[in-house]
Amino acid sequence: MGAESSPKIVIVDESPIRAAILEEGLREAGFTGVVHISEMQSLLTRIYALDPDVILIDLENPSRDVLEQMFQVSRAVRRPIAMFVDQSDSASIQASVDAGVSAYIVDGLKKERIKPILDLCISRFNAFSKLQDELDRTKSALEDRKVIDRAKGILMKLKGMTEDEAYVLLRSTAMREKKKIGEIAQSILTASELLK
Amino acid sequence: MTSPLQIGFIPLIDAAALIVAVDKGFAAAEGLDVTLVREVSWSNVRDKLNIGLFDAAHLLAPVAIASSLGLGHVKVPIAAPFNLGLNGNAITVSPSLHAAITAEIDGDRFDPMVTALALSRVVATRRRSGAEPLTFGMTFPFSTHNYQLRFWMAAGGVDPDEDVRLVVLPPPYMVDSLTGGQIDAFCVGAPWNSLAVDIGVGHILHFVSDILERAAEKVLAVRQNWSEKNPQVVAALIRAAFRAAEFIEQPQNRGEAAHILAHPERIGVDAEIIERTLDGRLKISPDGTVRESSRYLLVGPEAARPDPVHAAWLYAQMVRWGQTSFSPEALQTAKAVFRPDLYDSALGSEGKTAAAPDMIGAFTGPAFDADDIGGHLAAFAIKHRKP
Repeated sequence: MGAESSPKIVIVDESPIRAAILEEGLREAGFTGVVHISEMQSLLTRIYALDPDVILIDLENPSRDVLEQMFQVSRAVRRPIAMFVDQSDSASIQASVDAGVSAYIVDGLKKERIKPILDLCISRFNAFSKLQDELDRTKSALEDRKVIDRAKGILMKLKGMTEDEAYVLLRSTAMREKKKIGEIAQSILTASELLK
Repeated sequence: MTSPLQIGFIPLIDAAALIVAVDKGFAAAEGLDVTLVREVSWSNVRDKLNIGLFDAAHLLAPVAIASSLGLGHVKVPIAAPFNLGLNGNAITVSPSLHAAITAEIDGDRFDPMVTALALSRVVATRRRSGAEPLTFGMTFPFSTHNYQLRFWMAAGGVDPDEDVRLVVLPPPYMVDSLTGGQIDAFCVGAPWNSLAVDIGVGHILHFVSDILERAAEKVLAVRQNWSEKNPQVVAALIRAAFRAAEFIEQPQNRGEAAHILAHPERIGVDAEIIERTLDGRLKISPDGTVRESSRYLLVGPEAARPDPVHAAWLYAQMVRWGQTSFSPEALQTAKAVFRPDLYDSALGSEGKTAAAPDMIGAFTGPAFDADDIGGHLAAFAIKHRKP
């Protein structure tokens, strides 16, 4: 796609990582005119100055309502802007809302030109949430790990156990009480805190 | 129990009946299994309701109408069988604009005609001195806030599209923008006006109930086709919301209601501010001046029955400000969004309220006539009707 035919795309996203992932994907696909706005102050003024063909915004962003103002007839608007996903395209709406992104386009831009942008956007947003989930899980696993190590230390000291014995006690208690080892470890920490 | 329902809401005090219906168990008592989903924008609430991710939603009354008419967005017919709130917004101005208006006031400062004329003199002075136009924040193009601000300032001769700037701002950004000077005033629902006053960056100039006695603000909205397929569920929702509205209405329950609403997963502001709001007792100036009004925010049973006249008034504002052009069919569609029939069939005689003769009660202009919108709008000098 030549530079002159590449639509100008604005990404409105307060998450710099997600915006970078999306921007990279768009550039790889040949969309060269991509601008990221992370500052929500004077959002409309910046958008009017950039005069984009497509605006992508994440659904966690309260400033989505600000963009709705672009549909209003007003002297400030040079061209009418319409929501991309038209009535016949409920699958696209569903997919983009599920992924957590919304798209607005300048009226008149052809649907087949927008489709690849939105599809890419949806897949990158989904990839980002998967990454986020993994990160959250890793974080909580690390937390558990620390808590378990400290609980083992307490058991070893109080009951004169080896590290392996302490772990076996934690694990068997967790199984008996139908709880996670991390939870049992946490209650040992809490109890030892109380009994100090 | 029916199948689980997902209901969206924006953290505002006029979601009270919906939140209390769920958290106090009125919904469960009706056999409903409701999960409330807190949202960050009206666009999200509208889209998620439209595509079926939400079964019902706390929605701006004008958005329900715009959605049914296909204005600004995808056309999805909406049914509003229950008013979650009437009134409840307020106009808050920065200390410097407050001083400028106060200096121009000639009469009762709670009379919106007096303040609108004062505003018009402030606007004229600013224009002569070459100052930037005043900027007013409001929450959505299709919102009561937008129409109430416009109705008020136009009465004093201020053209909302020519003489000032009206900008959409998400409610959580209003107070910051007023503090930072990006806006000079805003019209927003509770609790945001009180927050601005509490931290000393704003004065409440008007409760919108000064401008209109009774205006539909937020509705419980469902997709029309969904309501046709699930009449029992809709009736149960109406009854649960009505029980909650009755509960909140009792002064002895206000503390508990405020406590429920204050939860971080719900509205997430101080219970004390919520209770003051429900009582209609608001601090209006940083110096501690308190103003009370029994009409400030109506979320009780007397506000609950939807009135198609309110829908017609909102449609008339869309026409007045050029968001759409008038058609008798569109007027019928707009009126049919408000569903007193569904409300009555769910509640029977219990839900009936005494109707006031002029259901809108605007501070200026002729009494609203839903059957002659063209004639009604002709009485207003400033308007931007589509050609």
